[in-house]
Amino acid sequence: MSGLDFLTTRLETALGWGRKFSLFHYPFITACCGMEYMSAACAHFDIDRFGAGLTRFSPRQADLLLVVGTVTHKLAPVLRTVYDQMLEPKWVIAFGACAVSGGIYQNYAVVQGIDRIVPVDVYIPGCPPRPEMVLDGLLKLQDKIQHQKQDWRWGTKP
Amino acid sequence: METPRIQRDARPESMLINMGPSHPAMHGTIRIMLELDAERILNAEVEVGYLHRGFEKTCENKTFFNLLPYTDRLNYVSPLINNLGYAMTMEKMLGVGVPERAQLIRVLMSELSRVSDHLTCLAAMAMECGAFTVFLYMMKAREFLWDTIEFTAGARMTTSYIRIGGVRADLHPDWRGSLATAVRETRKVLKDVSGLLDENSIFLGRTRGVGVISKEDALSYGWTGPCLRSTGIPYDVRKASPYLVYDRLAFEVPVGEFGDNYDRYSVRMREMGQSLRLLEQVAALIPDAAPLTGSLGLEPAEAIRRSRRQRPDERVHLSPNLEGSEKERLGGLMTSDGRVGVPPKEDTYTTMEGLIGHFLFFMSGKGIRPPKGDVYFSVEGGNGEVGFYIVSDGTDRPYRLHLRAPCFHIVAALEQLIKGRLIADVIPTFGSMNMIGGELDR
Amino acid sequence: MGNETLIEAIRTKLAAAVESVSESLGDQVLTVRPGSLRSAMAALREGPFDYAVLLDLTCVDYAAGEGRFELVYHLYSMSRNTRLRLKVSVPAADPAVDSLNGLWKNADWLEREVFDMFGVRFDGHPYLRRLLTYEGFEGHPLRKSYPWRLAQPRIPMKDKA
Repeated sequence: MSGLDFLTTRLETALGWGRKFSLFHYPFITACCGMEYMSAACAHFDIDRFGAGLTRFSPRQADLLLVVGTVTHKLAPVLRTVYDQMLEPKWVIAFGACAVSGGIYQNYAVVQGIDRIVPVDVYIPGCPPRPEMVLDGLLKLQDKIQHQKQDWRWGTKP
Repeated sequence: METPRIQRDARPESMLINMGPSHPAMHGTIRIMLELDAERILNAEVEVGYLHRGFEKTCENKTFFNLLPYTDRLNYVSPLINNLGYAMTMEKMLGVGVPERAQLIRVLMSELSRVSDHLTCLAAMAMECGAFTVFLYMMKAREFLWDTIEFTAGARMTTSYIRIGGVRADLHPDWRGSLATAVRETRKVLKDVSGLLDENSIFLGRTRGVGVISKEDALSYGWTGPCLRSTGIPYDVRKASPYLVYDRLAFEVPVGEFGDNYDRYSVRMREMGQSLRLLEQVAALIPDAAPLTGSLGLEPAEAIRRSRRQRPDERVHLSPNLEGSEKERLGGLMTSDGRVGVPPKEDTYTTMEGLIGHFLFFMSGKGIRPPKGDVYFSVEGGNGEVGFYIVSDGTDRPYRLHLRAPCFHIVAALEQLIKGRLIADVIPTFGSMNMIGGELDR
Repeated sequence: MGNETLIEAIRTKLAAAVESVSESLGDQVLTVRPGSLRSAMAALREGPFDYAVLLDLTCVDYAAGEGRFELVYHLYSMSRNTRLRLKVSVPAADPAVDSLNGLWKNADWLEREVFDMFGVRFDGHPYLRRLLTYEGFEGHPLRKSYPWRLAQPRIPMKDKA
């Protein structure tokens, strides 16, 4: 079946290429990191150069969830709901130290890293991360998407 | 589970909807529950606390020196003003004075922060009304302001630059150039934005006469800052009880007339003009730093090695992270009070007393220990009066630290302002309040 | 009216309510009996004193040592540009005090916050509900007896390896 393997590999590359440059992101902005997200999204740093400029404020239309800022226990169910509402394939970036690990807030109120609630693809550390760092994180995610294996069992239950 | 009041009291024929917690116009996270009759808001209930990060509890478990970074993250659009508020409260408690140069630098930094705060607020408000160009312009101006801050403080936002007893380091050698650029660019942007919005009929339609609050109500809600001034009450902490060198600087306190969204916008715009004026005045008052004399100095490792035999009299070349905090410079930047400031790094590297001093400053149970008692001090933040109430029991940790957050009081009035209005009025009204989650929920 | 004469005037006017007058680092502090808090506040808000702004309300937990909570009110007078700090002690066993709803509009949220964080009950508050934490949160986080890091998740959390 080497011929079919070849076909799917090429198809995967094409799919990955297409997906990585057409990321629609949903910014789940909660806190300080939002300021740096704004900087990254605006003219100076311009996240659009890397094909992730289109912000969708509905999780159903987005395929990249940017969790920007601290997630508290009060907010945790909301984040989970937003994630569940997104369609496959979907990716998650933990933006900033609080989303990565709770950051400097190790106390009763803050979730110690969003990977306790949702799976995370790329972690961007920093409190808050500089926009350059955000772009680097985005490139890392694009690299990951490019090399992701496709689940070919469409139409059947995995 | 207890049902919210609005759900309990809702008329059966009306519709209940949720705005937020995750909503593009809910800057950060807040939830507004609305009871609607078609587009008309019959009743509203605001739920906050989605960003309650336990600031006050955490501070009780940190030393007075260590909790400074947490204050950065309260009003994260103007972190330096929070640093300033905390540092000045502690200085009042400890009874220490701050050198003149440090005071001027503090004014410079707080005005830079104030402009960036107002820019962010108006940018978000305008974007939510559909003026995306304004958003891009204002963010551009903010980058120039942050460049100036970054040159000196080393970070863009969360700088922890203003310390108890002074500031951490001297201004960057090229600060005048970057400040001049920032002021010029911001002026240009303000002019452009005025042109875009001041007579824009869509913007006027959504802001004029919308979200009106009376003087009495504003006072009763404890409003301060630009939002209170928009009703015509010229209360500004910088004028009412001047701190730092504000009494020596010339600036006006712009006031509005009607207390509607447009007045809140216009007060902020005019205040930025005043802040730019202040920046120029302060820049003229700050003398140029004398260049450091002598050679580039010894590397720290070399200095430590030599100091085992005798005290080296050459200058120690500090790491780039500590640039501007050389021992010769600290005199003008930090109080000489040994209880309050971190001892100079050169001494820590090369002398026994310096090392002991360093350990005593950072050791748990030592460090900054204010006398028993309580203190309240406030400064004018981006949103209004930022006050710290600190109770000390004589140890190196606060017994209780409370922030008087200006936007807590402002957002408390949101329910009243949107009741009876249309659903589209929620967005500009909420935008003009400049809700900052870190400060509101702490 | 100077600061001393003002405090003297308050003292004479509210003789029944004021427990003591002191000064802390230049700030005037008035300690008030819990029973007469509301009437004292109403008097301070009006007339010659004109403390029209309730700047802040917070609470300090002295439950472990002295068996009490101390509520701290900050008032501000716009016309005279002075601040005043009022303190009220309530027993830790059953902390309750009169609500200031109706005098100031921001008292609503401020009292809800203190109720949430400390568990102090405000009698006469129309809607005393948690403000910053959530329904189902047990205990009051800013009490000294509440552990700093005791989280109460609302949804299951995955444990980290």
